[in-house]
Amino acid sequence: MSYYLGLVQLIGIHTLLGLSAYVLMLTGQLSLGQAGFFAIGAYSAGILTVIFELPILPALLAAAAIASFFAFLVGFPALRVKGLMLVVATIAFSEFVRLFFFNLSWRVPRGDIEVGPDSTNGFREIRFFVANGWSAWEITAFVWIFVILVMAALWWTDRSRAGAVLRAVGEDELAAQSVGINLTAVKVTAMTAGGFIAGIGGALYAHTATYVDHLTFTVLLATFAIAYPILGGLSSVFGTLVAVIFIQGVLVEGLRFLGDWRNIVFGLLIIAAMNLKPSGLFDARTAQVLKRAVGLGGKD
Amino acid sequence: MLELRGLSKHFGGVKALDGLDLTVDEGDIFGLIGPNGSGKSTTINLICGVYGETAGTVHFRGNLMNGKPPHTRLRAGIARTFQNIRLFPNLTVWQNLWVAQNSSQDVSAHGFLPRWFGATRRTRKEIARLLELADLGHKGDELASNLAFGEQRRLEFARAAAARPKLLLLDEPAAGMSRQEIDNLGRRIRRMRDSGVTILLVEHVMELVMGVTEQIAVLNFGYKIAFGTPGEVQRDKAVQEAYLGTSASKSRPVDGSA
Repeated sequence: MSYYLGLVQLIGIHTLLGLSAYVLMLTGQLSLGQAGFFAIGAYSAGILTVIFELPILPALLAAAAIASFFAFLVGFPALRVKGLMLVVATIAFSEFVRLFFFNLSWRVPRGDIEVGPDSTNGFREIRFFVANGWSAWEITAFVWIFVILVMAALWWTDRSRAGAVLRAVGEDELAAQSVGINLTAVKVTAMTAGGFIAGIGGALYAHTATYVDHLTFTVLLATFAIAYPILGGLSSVFGTLVAVIFIQGVLVEGLRFLGDWRNIVFGLLIIAAMNLKPSGLFDARTAQVLKRAVGLGGKD
Repeated sequence: MLELRGLSKHFGGVKALDGLDLTVDEGDIFGLIGPNGSGKSTTINLICGVYGETAGTVHFRGNLMNGKPPHTRLRAGIARTFQNIRLFPNLTVWQNLWVAQNSSQDVSAHGFLPRWFGATRRTRKEIARLLELADLGHKGDELASNLAFGEQRRLEFARAAAARPKLLLLDEPAAGMSRQEIDNLGRRIRRMRDSGVTILLVEHVMELVMGVTEQIAVLNFGYKIAFGTPGEVQRDKAVQEAYLGTSASKSRPVDGSA
């Protein structure tokens, strides 16, 4: 049972990671910096609960705020580059963050042991949930409360003018500027929001895993972050969730029995999915079919 | 209203625009014509801040605009349309007009939250009015990319009008239009002017330019070669040469009889 709950937690955390990239992709920014923000969230929250002995909720919110602050700073230089150049620049950021934590050693005595990030050995003592006697069910519920809150906030934003403005910037920056949209403000805001969401994800990850090290936050994680919204499509936040379930639930976990063949089949299935559903697994048509199936049927 | 002094834009060694002086008076419909590559679109892009100028100044209603980004200039009252239509194709017609509610009145009249997260009754009414003006009243929920060409042009015009501009820059609005659509466009432009908007019209379709404008400036190779009323410009020797060719090409026989 705990294996499945662990998977459900992981799906929730990766959904947050994917949504952090989704917000940026709405404005046309493809960022591999999400792994960096996720790492900042994870280490900050861990340091706050372990070294400063804060409860999880304030630690998580503070970690998300720290991650969003760095995203805000990254947002300004990121304005100057687009497309592949932005991808390269944000990889550099993620690697910079990873190497920072690779070198970070901040040990404090706690009883007869030392706790805190221990550079190459990782950060091993993030045991807030265990120490406070949370059950796996409670942890899972805690993770999903944030997933649902973030999804609801983004879903609602998408129906507001702010959502239309994000998409307008993603569709045509020149036209958006010309109708009076402040590109700098919109793109930096999206980057900051993305950093906040990734920070929440990282904070939850550190505490469910109880252990993080720099190898958790490689470019592979950043690739997953953008793969989810690319595969799920940008028509709705649910696309990212569907893509995470498909990749983490079906491909990564479901194909384990294939052994080494898994990675090959994994790649093939992604190629197939992108060819069969070029605008995402959860595109406008899927949404319509689903709506009809549950009897809503209204136009949107 | 609009004053350009010595306005220049060089791309490397190419002088797309070189020392343009131009004054557009309030309430005018001002034509800007010239052969392809003569600097017309560059002029528009400089006025609304898409490009930074190499030299010269842009004054709008007495204020220096140099260095101000496009969205600031829009709020000051300069709106535009594009030569090749640039709508937000995957937003609906209604959303295209919604995101364009950025005039200085809009910004100050709404609070932060209603402006970004709501659509006040005032906004809905304003968008309904714009849709009506553009004859797109029944197409609000349609994706912009699903509109016919003429409808897309009308939507872009309405989107520019959404900013309640004082100066409207039209970059070849008649390109690809039928005769009847051009007539309608001419009426729209006049109606816009009569509602208090100054118009700068860049256009190749001469019947439209000659029909609606009061003043025309002619550009060639980045220089202004003529200025005057439509009648004066049409009789201008330099203009005829720019459009029809100089004596060098005249000497070449057009048919066997020469």
